[in-house]
Amino acid sequence: MRQTRAVEVGTGLFVLLGMGALFFLTTQTTGGDDFSADETYTVEARFENIGSLRNRAPVAMSGVTIGRVTNVTFDPVTLEAVVEFVIDSQFSQIPDDSDASILTSGILGSQYIGLQAGGSDIYLENGSEVMFTQSAIVLENLIGKFLVNAGSKDDD
Amino acid sequence: MDDNSENLIEIHDLKYSRGPRAIFDGLNLIIKRGEVTALMGPSGTGKTTLLRLITRQLIPEHGTIHVCGVDIARLSQAELYQLRQRFGMLFQNGALLTDISVFENVAFPLREHTKLTNRLIRHVVLTKLHAVGLRGAADMMPSELSGGMARRVALARAMVMDPDILIYDEPFVGLDPISMGVIVRLVRRMNDALGITSIIVSHDVEEISVVADRSLLISDGKVAASGSPDELRLAKSELVRQFMHGMADGPVAFHFQAPDYDKQLLGRDSE
Amino acid sequence: MTKLFRDVYDSGVEFVRTFGAFQLFFMQLLRHTPAMLIRRFDLVVKQVFNTGALSLVIIMVSGLFVGGVLGLQGYSNLARFNAEDSIGVFAAFGLIKELGPVITALLFAGRAGTSLASEIGLMKATDQLSAMEMMAVNPVQRVLVPRFLGGVIAMPFLAAVFSMIGLFGTHLVAVELLSVDVGAFWQQMQMTVDLEDVNEGIFKSLVFGVAASLIAVWEGYNAIPTAEGVGRATTRTVVITAIAVLVFDFMITAFML
Repeated sequence: MRQTRAVEVGTGLFVLLGMGALFFLTTQTTGGDDFSADETYTVEARFENIGSLRNRAPVAMSGVTIGRVTNVTFDPVTLEAVVEFVIDSQFSQIPDDSDASILTSGILGSQYIGLQAGGSDIYLENGSEVMFTQSAIVLENLIGKFLVNAGSKDDD
Repeated sequence: MDDNSENLIEIHDLKYSRGPRAIFDGLNLIIKRGEVTALMGPSGTGKTTLLRLITRQLIPEHGTIHVCGVDIARLSQAELYQLRQRFGMLFQNGALLTDISVFENVAFPLREHTKLTNRLIRHVVLTKLHAVGLRGAADMMPSELSGGMARRVALARAMVMDPDILIYDEPFVGLDPISMGVIVRLVRRMNDALGITSIIVSHDVEEISVVADRSLLISDGKVAASGSPDELRLAKSELVRQFMHGMADGPVAFHFQAPDYDKQLLGRDSE
Repeated sequence: MTKLFRDVYDSGVEFVRTFGAFQLFFMQLLRHTPAMLIRRFDLVVKQVFNTGALSLVIIMVSGLFVGGVLGLQGYSNLARFNAEDSIGVFAAFGLIKELGPVITALLFAGRAGTSLASEIGLMKATDQLSAMEMMAVNPVQRVLVPRFLGGVIAMPFLAAVFSMIGLFGTHLVAVELLSVDVGAFWQQMQMTVDLEDVNEGIFKSLVFGVAASLIAVWEGYNAIPTAEGVGRATTRTVVITAIAVLVFDFMITAFML
């Protein structure tokens, strides 16, 4: 019976350590805030090109994450990308003429939506659409433009 | 389900093969209640297989086995486990569970099948251990026991549920004379004191003749001879004589099947 | 020529038969699981200790060094793109999604799997399983199910510990040794890694746990009851578990992408 107690204690410690590790992984390595449905409102934005923006990409303002992308679809009529994202409800005073751009974090980083504040007195609310958008910068187009520019300069 | 007839176990026309080898080919056998019956035979005749068939660890291809009047092939899993609780079995090496103590080994069937309190279990276990003379070894681990002691503990465990039938699979193998004498005495005493039936599988002719009421000699998948040990010793059959008197050659050949001796030796030389 | 075809056919049939028997065995274990969890939880606890707690040392040491290597390799590779700050992301993805579950499973097979297989095989060889059957105790229920459950429960915890210690290992190498900014290390990780990724890792380790424990218990139970047979069962456990883990890993990763 004495042996069983040591076994029980050992197992208990093991399980606690394991749970601690799981807890660590889920909280310290992930984004933490998951923006559950009650505390957010949904906003839409249309882009010509969303680059590699995907679901769950962050939405940031002034560099601070205030929301997440929830849905990316394609409008077959207007031939635009339609991005739905949620914003934390505590940020309810974002002007409705704000600018939504698709930016890249770092060089190899993933893409996210950056919101630049506008000046309007009307604020974004559930179901609003962000009217001013900037598509993602596609590297090939950039290089292409650069080469064309460099080429045309030579012609002068 | 119970039958108080004289025959505890009846086997009719049993056939069982392992692969191409027919181990039993129409075996008929009766074990009488209250007796010590010995199953003897040359090595490899399937004595242990027979035990497994009786306890339904194996299923016969043909024939019936009745235990206490019940055809064991017809039993459900639950009924089978009920039946097995009336058997006590002593395995060749004791087969004690190596990760628990001697006490816990003997207590194992009680803990699994009864709801006795710890005090009662302790009482029963120590009593059984005392009967085999090992009450003082209760806290030892199986790895610390000698072969003879392990076998005695296994006997205590086999008896702890007060079974009706005790089966011993080669209980005398590898024991020194003293331990052997102890086991022999215990087998006889248990059988008579508790009024149970004992089946011993063994090929130790000497010890069997001391302890058994009846002996059955099994050979070639059938019962070659049966009777009291004395009757068998005086038997006229060649096979029985070879076995009982330990003669090297006879119906059970000395030479294993081989090609012609001259041909094999000379054939190789001339290459 | 026809003999070759016959042999291939026979081994094919044999393979399918063994696979079917394996599935039935799995079902049998599952069937007895609720009863064992409720009535003999102490047996399960003992097995969680045997497979989990006793494997901690090798898991933690391996985790630390794998994490460290990720730090070194990752740094040198990312430095070519000037992206050293992403080393946290690199290590986190590598550990949580792949290396944690897979390496833990392989180490588990080597340490706990072999221990289970040889223990059960030995019990079979010394007639202990037969003795239990004779005492009307179902050895599948009493011996196999707790060991199976012990492995399944222990595995996700072991994988999580591996990943956690691994990340600390990467931290040590990257931040202390290679002067990566500690803030960037953790913050980039937190921004990029999702709960989904952690869940994928946990799901994998659960699947691997079931596979590894099932294979170990099966090999032990079906071992030939001789010294050689038990030895063979032990090696087979490691080999088959390794293959199964890697195949499942591929399938799950492809499915979750």
